[in-house]
Amino acid sequence: MKNIRIIPRLDIKGPNLIKGIHTEGLRVLGNPKEFAKRYYEEGADEIIYLDTVASLYQRNLDFDLLKTVAEQISIPLTVGGGIRSIHDINNALRAGADKVAINTYAVSHPEFLAEGAKKFGSQCIVLYIEAKKIMPGKWEVYTDGGRERTGLDVIEWAKKTIDLGVGEILITSVDFDGTRKGFDTDLVSAITGFAPIPVIAHGGAGDFISVKNIITQGHADAVAISSVLHYKDYSLKDLKKYLNTENINVRAVC
Amino acid sequence: MLKQKHVTIIDYGVGNLHSIVKAVGNFTEKVFVSEDPQAIESADAIILPGVGSFQSGMEGLNVRNLVPSVKKYVASGKPMLGICLGAQIMLGKGFEFGEFDGLNIIHGKVIKFPVLENNEKIPHVGWNSIYPNADKIWNDSILKNLDPLSSVYFVHSYILVPENNKNIFAKTKYGGYEFCSVIRSGNIYGCQFHPEKSGKIGLEIIKNFLELI
Repeated sequence: MKNIRIIPRLDIKGPNLIKGIHTEGLRVLGNPKEFAKRYYEEGADEIIYLDTVASLYQRNLDFDLLKTVAEQISIPLTVGGGIRSIHDINNALRAGADKVAINTYAVSHPEFLAEGAKKFGSQCIVLYIEAKKIMPGKWEVYTDGGRERTGLDVIEWAKKTIDLGVGEILITSVDFDGTRKGFDTDLVSAITGFAPIPVIAHGGAGDFISVKNIITQGHADAVAISSVLHYKDYSLKDLKKYLNTENINVRAVC
Repeated sequence: MLKQKHVTIIDYGVGNLHSIVKAVGNFTEKVFVSEDPQAIESADAIILPGVGSFQSGMEGLNVRNLVPSVKKYVASGKPMLGICLGAQIMLGKGFEFGEFDGLNIIHGKVIKFPVLENNEKIPHVGWNSIYPNADKIWNDSILKNLDPLSSVYFVHSYILVPENNKNIFAKTKYGGYEFCSVIRSGNIYGCQFHPEKSGKIGLEIIKNFLELI
């Protein structure tokens, strides 16, 4: 069995690491640089860095801030927030990103995903989906930090973007985000059920068992976690130790 | 001493060079990104990075007329490290979107992963272990001091298939399939994985490489 990646996710607003519930009610937690460093030392397999308001206010990412975070680590770094041109992707890579996550701009310009994949390779382009449940087995794509409806069906959208050449999908359940009550397993397995590319599950990580379940039942290839790590409910090290005892392969923490 | 070694990272238009520059910069002050043949031939060590298709990689070298310089450098016996696509094009032939000639620094070919057990996904993305190929000893190599089964970061759909077993320096298993993850011929190395994204172990590999100088 392959190694499941455990990926701390940093939500950024201005110069700060923040975290909300259902992507709202944001609280300032501190300097993203310090968190990135801690997670790198603790054995994070990658880091996700998302500017939560860049897209909403049509601003660019703060590339200088990103650079200070990237300098702390030598593991893959996925960066998102307001990416809307090849130039933006270039700037993100230059600041230390290895991949970019694209949500809002892709919804209005799906061909941008293909353009990015062609220029930088599929491995560089991560489709970011913010999903809200509208009825059992059906989810709608949201943008701008869970604020704007798109009318798009999550499953149809994921299928379309895979054809356009995205290399991974980061799926956030807006309903479960920040609640620590466990992941939306139905949502994640609806995507992993057909996706030939890796799927990163996010939104709702709670206790150890919730993480195990999204791997064994949701078939996630990777798990993105924020609140429980930021608030030190437990450490990455302890989580990985637990997953190992449950026969889930994760990279050993060195 | 290491700090003054001149390392050229070859810029041939394929992919993101920033993380490799940063990683090498931890150990030497003289790291240069260049597409200048002179900067390749005069370097103490060269790194051929790259992400993308085999064809785009060879095209990138050819349009810059860098193949002769790289071959001249290799003949000098100085250390070279290929990473990911950079390692792949060190072999003789690539079979991605057609059939293409590589640098042929090491005999062999690059082919797609076969169908894997449990329908494991391709590309192979994430951390996986490397271990020695049978009797190949890692002492005095870029893998010295590493524990066998150290984890490193992979992103690839195609694999290195050296013709001669002696060039298979390390292996990795994915989806029940064992493939070559490090090729070697003397001071020439190619890693299918990304040492520059492989945390402390990756940095150790880069340091070991620079110590070959």
